[in-house]
Amino acid sequence: MKLTRQNVAQIAHLARLEIGPEELDGVVEKLGRIVEFVDQLQLADTSAVTPMAHPMDMSQRLRADTVTEADHRDLYQQNSAAVADGLYTVPRVIE
Amino acid sequence: MPPLPQRPTIAQLSQALAARQVSSRELTAAALARIGAADGVLNSFITLVPELALAAADQADARLARGEGGPLTGIPFAHKDIFCTAGIRTTCGSQMLANFVSPYDATAVERLAAAGIVTVGKTNMDEFAMGSSNETSWFGPVRNPWDPDRSPGGSSGGSAAAVAAGLVPAATGTDTGGSIRQPAALVGITGFKPTYGRVSRYGMIAFASSLDQAGVLTLTAEDAALLTGAMAGFDPRDSTSAELPVPDYASTLGDALRGRRIGVPKEFFDAGLEPGSATALREALRVYERLGATLVEISLPSLSLSVPTYYIVAPAECSSNLSRFDGVRFGHRHAGAATLEELYKKSRGEGFGAEVKRRILTGTYVLSAGYYDAYYLKAQKARRLIADDFRRCFADVDVIAGPTAPTPAFRLGEKVDDPVQMYLNDIYTIPVNLAGLPGISLPCGFSGGLPVGLQLIGPHFGEATLFNFAHVFQQETAWHTQLPPALTAGAAVGAPLGASDNGIAPKGAPTDAPTP
Amino acid sequence: MTWETVIGLEVHAQLATRSKIFSGSATAYGAEPNTQASLVDLGYPGVLPVLNGEVVRMAALFGLAIGATVARRSVFARKNYFYPDLPKGYQISQYELPIVHDGHITIELDGGATKAVHVIRAHLEEDAGKSLHEHFAGLTGLDLNRAGTPLLEIVSAPDLRSAQEAVAYMKKVHQLVRYLGICDGNMQEGSFRCDANVSVRRAGTEPLGTRTESKNLNSFRFLERAILFEVQRQIEVLESGGRVVQETRLYDPDRDETRPMRSKEEANDYRYFPDPDLLPVVLDDAYIDAVRRLLPELPDARRERWTRDFGLKADAAEVLAADPEVATLFDSLARESGQPVAAANTLQSQLFSLFGAERTPARVNVPATAAILRLVADGSIARSSAKELIEEFAFSSAAPDLQQLVAQRGLKQISDTGALEGIVADVLAANPLQVEQYRAGQTKVLGFLVGQIMKASGGKANPAQVNELLKMKL
Repeated sequence: MKLTRQNVAQIAHLARLEIGPEELDGVVEKLGRIVEFVDQLQLADTSAVTPMAHPMDMSQRLRADTVTEADHRDLYQQNSAAVADGLYTVPRVIE
Repeated sequence: MPPLPQRPTIAQLSQALAARQVSSRELTAAALARIGAADGVLNSFITLVPELALAAADQADARLARGEGGPLTGIPFAHKDIFCTAGIRTTCGSQMLANFVSPYDATAVERLAAAGIVTVGKTNMDEFAMGSSNETSWFGPVRNPWDPDRSPGGSSGGSAAAVAAGLVPAATGTDTGGSIRQPAALVGITGFKPTYGRVSRYGMIAFASSLDQAGVLTLTAEDAALLTGAMAGFDPRDSTSAELPVPDYASTLGDALRGRRIGVPKEFFDAGLEPGSATALREALRVYERLGATLVEISLPSLSLSVPTYYIVAPAECSSNLSRFDGVRFGHRHAGAATLEELYKKSRGEGFGAEVKRRILTGTYVLSAGYYDAYYLKAQKARRLIADDFRRCFADVDVIAGPTAPTPAFRLGEKVDDPVQMYLNDIYTIPVNLAGLPGISLPCGFSGGLPVGLQLIGPHFGEATLFNFAHVFQQETAWHTQLPPALTAGAAVGAPLGASDNGIAPKGAPTDAPTP
Repeated sequence: MTWETVIGLEVHAQLATRSKIFSGSATAYGAEPNTQASLVDLGYPGVLPVLNGEVVRMAALFGLAIGATVARRSVFARKNYFYPDLPKGYQISQYELPIVHDGHITIELDGGATKAVHVIRAHLEEDAGKSLHEHFAGLTGLDLNRAGTPLLEIVSAPDLRSAQEAVAYMKKVHQLVRYLGICDGNMQEGSFRCDANVSVRRAGTEPLGTRTESKNLNSFRFLERAILFEVQRQIEVLESGGRVVQETRLYDPDRDETRPMRSKEEANDYRYFPDPDLLPVVLDDAYIDAVRRLLPELPDARRERWTRDFGLKADAAEVLAADPEVATLFDSLARESGQPVAAANTLQSQLFSLFGAERTPARVNVPATAAILRLVADGSIARSSAKELIEEFAFSSAAPDLQQLVAQRGLKQISDTGALEGIVADVLAANPLQVEQYRAGQTKVLGFLVGQIMKASGGKANPAQVNELLKMKL
C-alpha cells in the first residue's frame, strides 16, 4: 500500500507530531520505503500460527495490596516546566 | 604483581585494587583524564560526573581498606544514558530529555552501585536507542576508535567506543535489536545481551518493551560474566523480570568444550555477509573445532522475516512508549503554545529527531484501524515462526554461532539517508531479540583493518553456556586484546585520536547536572 | 408512531483497594493534588507497572457473583490516545481477553416480574487523573492522584428498554459491588459511575438505531434524566427526518440536557495492542475456588432466606436487604436476640431514623440491642421502655447491665397477678359507665380500660396479662 501525504499527515496527527511542510515530502518518501520494506512480510505463510506477543512464556505476577509510595510531589515536579499550586498545567481544555 | 596493561580488564583492575597496588581514586582520576583528552574527538560521553565519581571512589577505597569490597568495588564505569540515574541528568540521546534529571536509579544502576562500582558518566547513544550508527544522537555522532571517520555502531555506540578506547574498562548498554552486540563487534570488544527477563528493565527508558534488554560492553567474557552476575536477578518492580536464581557464572567459565555442539545456520553465511568477515568467522569456528566442539549445520528458515517483523513490532511498541513525552510532566515543552494540541505537536515535533519520528509514525501506522491485522498481527505470527526456528535448533545444539554484523564498521554518513539499508545492518542480531534469547559478540579477527565480531546465541537463560564458550575462545585467541591505532601508536593514553574533519561537532557539553 | 428505547450501560466501579492497580500509591480520596501520584502513575520514563493482586481477586469475585466466566487467561492491552489526564498517552485496560465475561444480573420490574440483563464483560483498567478547568484562567490544571486507581468496567448488553430499567440495573450493580465489598459505591466521589449507550428504533423492528454515548453519569437521577433527554432528542431528530449522529455526549445536570463533547469530536483510533510490560493473568481452578469460598450471601438469597426462615414480609425483606451493612446488622440482631420479626421492626421503626454519617449500621451495639429485644420478648419490659433503652444504648460502646438498669429505673413490667388484680379492680370500680357499656356488647371500650390500667401501673403492667385479667373480671 502506497503512503500518501494525506496518510502521513493523518498518522502524524494521531501521534501528535508536528511535521513541518518542508519536512513532509521527505518523511512521506522515507516512510514509504519503510512500509514497502515491511510489506515483504505479507508473503510469509502464517496461517495456523499463534501470534507471539511476548518472548516470555510466563504469567503475570501479582503484587500485595500495600501502599509503598510516599509523597514526593516537589521532587517529581522539578522536571515539569509548568506547575502551579501543585497542579501540572496545560492550555485550557474544553470538554 | 605485573604492571597493569595499557587497557586493563575489570579482572585485572580488581586484582590491583585488592593488592592495594592502585586506589580507586587513582583509577577514577585517570579515567576522567583519559576521557577529557580523548572525548573531544570520540564524543562517547554525554555527561560526566567527576565530583560524584571521585566521592564514590573514595567510598570504594574505604570499603576496600575495610576488606569489605567485592570484585567490582572501585572499578570506574559508565552507564549508557538510557539508564535513569538519580540526580544525574538522563538524556536518552535526545533533545526531549536534554534537561531531564531522574529522581530515581534504574535497578541495574542501583545493583552495580551497591557492588561498589564507580560511575564516571553517561555515554552517548542513538536517540532513544533508535539507530545502528550513533548518528541519531542529539549530542552528535560517536567516532570509532579504530577509524574516527567510521561509526562505532549503535545504539550503544558511546559505551562501545569508550571501552574500546580504554576510557573505562566496561559500560552498560541496552539491546533491542543488536544495540550491544553490533557496536561491540564494530569496535572490537565483547558485548553481551542477556535473555529477556534476566536483567530488570526498571529504570531503562523503554524503546520496545518486549525486545529491550540491559547488558554490558566489556573487554572480555570474564568481565561480562562478572557484571551480569551483579546486575541480573528478579526485580519485583518489573513484571517481566524472571523469578529464577542467578547461577555463579564464574564457576563454569573454563569448562572444557569437548563434545559440545555448535549450530551454524547456513542462512548466516549467505551473500549478504562481507567476504573478509566471512573468512574471519570461518577461522573462528575452526578454533572451536580445535577445542573439541562439533560444528553442526542448521537452518533458520524464517530468518529473512526477522527485519521486517522487527520493524513492525519495535516501532509499534515505541510509538506507544514515547507518547508519555508530551511536554507536560517532564521533557521538552514548546513555549507559548496556545492550545493543547499545539503543545503536544510542537513539543514532540521539536523534541524528537527524524529517526525517532519515523519510528513513531511507522508504529502508529501499523497499529491503526484497518492495518493492525495486516502488519502488527502478521508480525506477531512471524515472530512465533522465528522463535520456533531457534527452539527447534536448540534441541540439538548448545549454542548457535555466526556473524554479529554483515560488515565491519561503515563510514559516518554512509547509510544515514537510507533507513532500510541501516535496518538491514541488524539482520543477524534482530532475530535473537525477537526470540528473547541471550547473545554475545566477541572479537574474532579483522577485515580491512577493522574488527569483526563473532556472535554466539544461547537458549533461554543459557548465559552460563555463552560465557563459557566465549571465555574459552578468548583464552585461545588474542583478538580481544588488540588495541585500536591511537592506543598502539604509543601515544600517551588519552591523546586525541585524530582531528575532526567532517564538521560534526559534539553538542551539549558534558556537565554535572544539578542534584534535585 | 411508537418508538422503542434500547440502552446498554457501562458501569465503572472503583475497586476498594488500598493501593493503585499498577503502583504502590495510596488511593485515598481527597488528598492534596498530585501527592498520591508516584513515578508509575506519572508515567515517568523507565518505570513499569506491577499488577495489584487484590484487583484480580475482586474482579473474580464479581464474576462469580453474576454467574459469569472468570477467564483462566486474560490480557492487559494499551488503549492509545492523548489527553492531559492520561499521563502515559495510553490507558492500560483489557480488550480482547477481559477477566470476566458472560454473566447476568436480574432486575425486578413493576408488577413483580423479573428480567435477566446480560453482562457481556467486566474488565480491569486504570482510571485517569482529573482535569480542573476552573482553577486558572486560560489553563487546565491536572491532578493525577486518581490516575492508576483500579476500575472494574462492567458492560451490559443493550438489554434495557427504559430509563427505569436502566436505573434498576445500575442500582442492582451498585448493591452487588457493595455487598461484595469491592467498591464503596460513593457516587459523589465518583467511585461508582456509568456511561449510557442509548438508541431508539421503531417499535417492532429489529435493527438497532444509531446510538450515542452519554458519559460520566454519577447518580441514579442523572442516569434517568440523561436517558429521558436523549430518547426524546433522538425521537425528535428522527421524526423530523434527520439522522442520529453516533457521538459521545456529556450530561449537564444544571441544564438537564446532554450535549456533544468537544474533546471526543474526532473519530477514535485507539490502536489497542497487548501491553508488553505486563504478562497474561493466568488463574487456575484452585484460585477461582478459593475466591468462590469468599463469596458472601447475596441480596436475593438473603431476602429469600428471611421470608422463608424468619417469616418476614417481602417488602420488609427488600428494605433490609438493600444495603449490605443494614443486612448484616439485621442478621446479627436476629441471631443474637432470637427475635427476627422484632429486630426487623426495631430496625425499620427506630434504628433507620437514628442512622447518620457517624451512626452507621456497622457501629450498632448488637449485644446490647439484642438483649433489650429479648427483655421485651420475655415480658420483662414494655415496648416503650425498650425504645428508650435502645435510643440510649444502640450506639454506645458500653455493655450495660440491663437487669440492674431495669430494676433501678423501675421498668420491670408488673406480671404479678396479685398486684395486677388490685389495679384492675380499682380501675373497674372507677369506671362503672364503661363497664356497663362493655357488658352491653360495646367491646371497643376494652381498649380504654386497658389504657387506664396501663396508666395506673405507670406503664409497667404486662399488656397481655391485663387483657386476660380484664376479660375474666368483666
